[in-house]
Amino acid sequence: MKPTFHKLHRSTLGDLVEPGAYRDPVRIGNRSREALLEDLACMLRIRKTEEQVGTLAEQGIVKTPIHLAIGQEAIPVGLSRHLRPSDAVFGGHRSHAHYLALGGDLDGLIAEIMCRETGVASGRGGSMHLIDRARGFAGSVPLVGATIPLGVGAALALKMDGQGGVGVCYFGDGACEEGVLHESLNLARVLNAPAIFVAENNLYSSHLDIAQRQPNDRLARFAEAHDMRARTVDGNDVCAVAAAAEELVGAARAGDGPGFLEVITYRWRGHVGPDANIDVGLRRSATEVAAWKKRDPIARLASALIADGALDEAGYDVLKQQELERVNAAIAAAEGAGFPDPATLLDHVYSEGA
Amino acid sequence: MSADEMTYAEGIRRGFEWLMANDPRVFTIGQGLWSPWYVGASMTDLDKKFGKERVIDTPVSELGTTAAAVGAAIMGYRPIVIHPRMDFMVLGTDPIINQAAKWSYLFAGRSTAPITVRGIINRGGEQGAQHSQSLHSWYAHIPGLRVLMPATADDARDLLIWGTLSDDPVLYIDDRWLYEQTGVVSEVDPDVKLSDVGPKLRREGGDITLVGAGWTVKLALEAAEILAGEGIEAEIVDLRQINPIDHTLAAQSVSRTGRLVAIDGSWSNCGLSAEILAGAVERVAPANWKAAPRRITLAEAPAPAARSLEAVYYPDADGVAEAARELIHG
Repeated sequence: MKPTFHKLHRSTLGDLVEPGAYRDPVRIGNRSREALLEDLACMLRIRKTEEQVGTLAEQGIVKTPIHLAIGQEAIPVGLSRHLRPSDAVFGGHRSHAHYLALGGDLDGLIAEIMCRETGVASGRGGSMHLIDRARGFAGSVPLVGATIPLGVGAALALKMDGQGGVGVCYFGDGACEEGVLHESLNLARVLNAPAIFVAENNLYSSHLDIAQRQPNDRLARFAEAHDMRARTVDGNDVCAVAAAAEELVGAARAGDGPGFLEVITYRWRGHVGPDANIDVGLRRSATEVAAWKKRDPIARLASALIADGALDEAGYDVLKQQELERVNAAIAAAEGAGFPDPATLLDHVYSEGA
Repeated sequence: MSADEMTYAEGIRRGFEWLMANDPRVFTIGQGLWSPWYVGASMTDLDKKFGKERVIDTPVSELGTTAAAVGAAIMGYRPIVIHPRMDFMVLGTDPIINQAAKWSYLFAGRSTAPITVRGIINRGGEQGAQHSQSLHSWYAHIPGLRVLMPATADDARDLLIWGTLSDDPVLYIDDRWLYEQTGVVSEVDPDVKLSDVGPKLRREGGDITLVGAGWTVKLALEAAEILAGEGIEAEIVDLRQINPIDHTLAAQSVSRTGRLVAIDGSWSNCGLSAEILAGAVERVAPANWKAAPRRITLAEAPAPAARSLEAVYYPDADGVAEAARELIHG
């Protein structure tokens, strides 16, 4: 008898994974226009940073592996609006945006990507190891899934501190295939740790799309298996992200347990490097990338603000130009800074010295 | 045992007690902490004295628990993670090696991950290959991770205290075969830095140098008693901290005795015994060697269960004494 198989993959995210949907201006409601203009500026800062870093990589000036978040800017910007410097945020390999959204220093970021002594990790870390403790960015590390339990542990520490702080971990759909996600969700629930799990579901892990890796494209199902509060929203809508973050972060601060925020998005560039990876992904096509670019989180917010009268086209152009100039100034500053002194090779291996 | 003595297990327990009573940053987390049979007498009633919020028994999640402790350490706490068997600790090794050991370096000292991981060696008794391992050499390979192996009751207490107070991540490895050892109780000195914790001479002697760490120091001491009866005086070096390792004391000893036996409770290839030999060979002048150095280690096999195989698998004091005789008499 011929064996029967279940269909390998089913999508339960509906329109959220249809690039033709969710292209309209975001609904800004009665949110503060001033705050939204700040969000727009921050998203532009991230995009200009990523574009310029990509160019530096194409030119061979940046060697450290870069993982660009172009197209995903709304997620950290919407979330960070509800975070405090006393919280602890952990990022992964694709974390320039996470760092910048918390207000992380642009000069320090660019210098680190260029591996200069003036970088946030003094050139020891490179693109994938960023830190800004004063802003609440506790560190980024690229081992897939590694940030998840670190966020839980930070949340446990902040719970012990008793000041209402939350521990946040960013990770992607690929990290949900690591066993540590299961352990971490379970542990956070059992310890009632104020952890916020931010699953950036961009539908790709390296070269494989999610349909080739998981039986279902909805990541919040993992949270539900652990009896955890979860929300799945359009990650290219800064207002939708902010609203969901406000709810989950508020509950965690109040001692009402951890939360899982799934945000659906798409990266315009490849897994690593400046190109679009349409030759690497087995099913990633130029058509698909072009379709997702129409769900641009920046254009959707800008057009909403222009329609509202809070911004005009000229003002939008000025904003873009300002952010580009800031990035270029940071690049110029880093180019003028030195590389780490070889005599310091063994510094910081041990805090106390060997 | 007199009133001013304590066992090795009691030394560990007093280390925890001192830390939790004196430093609010310290908490301990791992499997079996509310049950006496996981960790022997080494943590008895700590949960009752300091509360279940600071002595946390966990789900069966070595990886998640160890990494969460790293996260808490980054936030300023001093967690001590308990792995009641090193074999199971393999499941929680990624955050030790990839995160904690590198955290200070990655961020050029702007952040540290001062976690203490307690890995317990628990072997013998026909427990078999996955309930027996001593994997200290693996971990001692990693720059940034301090690895401590107490051999005595006071070191069992003090290395736990100093390790937990250290700003560096620490792997503290204790051995259930030492839990009944007794030693004289000294005053706790919490101000000792691990950068100053080097090897110690446990016995003086001019004929041969025996070097070990943890349980193998006990083997060396027993072998030295046998040899003393034959007129052979062995000098014993207890390494105490095997990463970073300080070869100076052992090299000085070998320069005097001209003979070296390295003893390790694990395998030989790329292991601690090889490191001991390399450290001595690099430092002791060729003219000072009276015999080629030797290693006493486990047989190159997983641990067997049957007692007949265990008897030949694990090194013993007679074997150490025999190796010493061969070096001396040729």
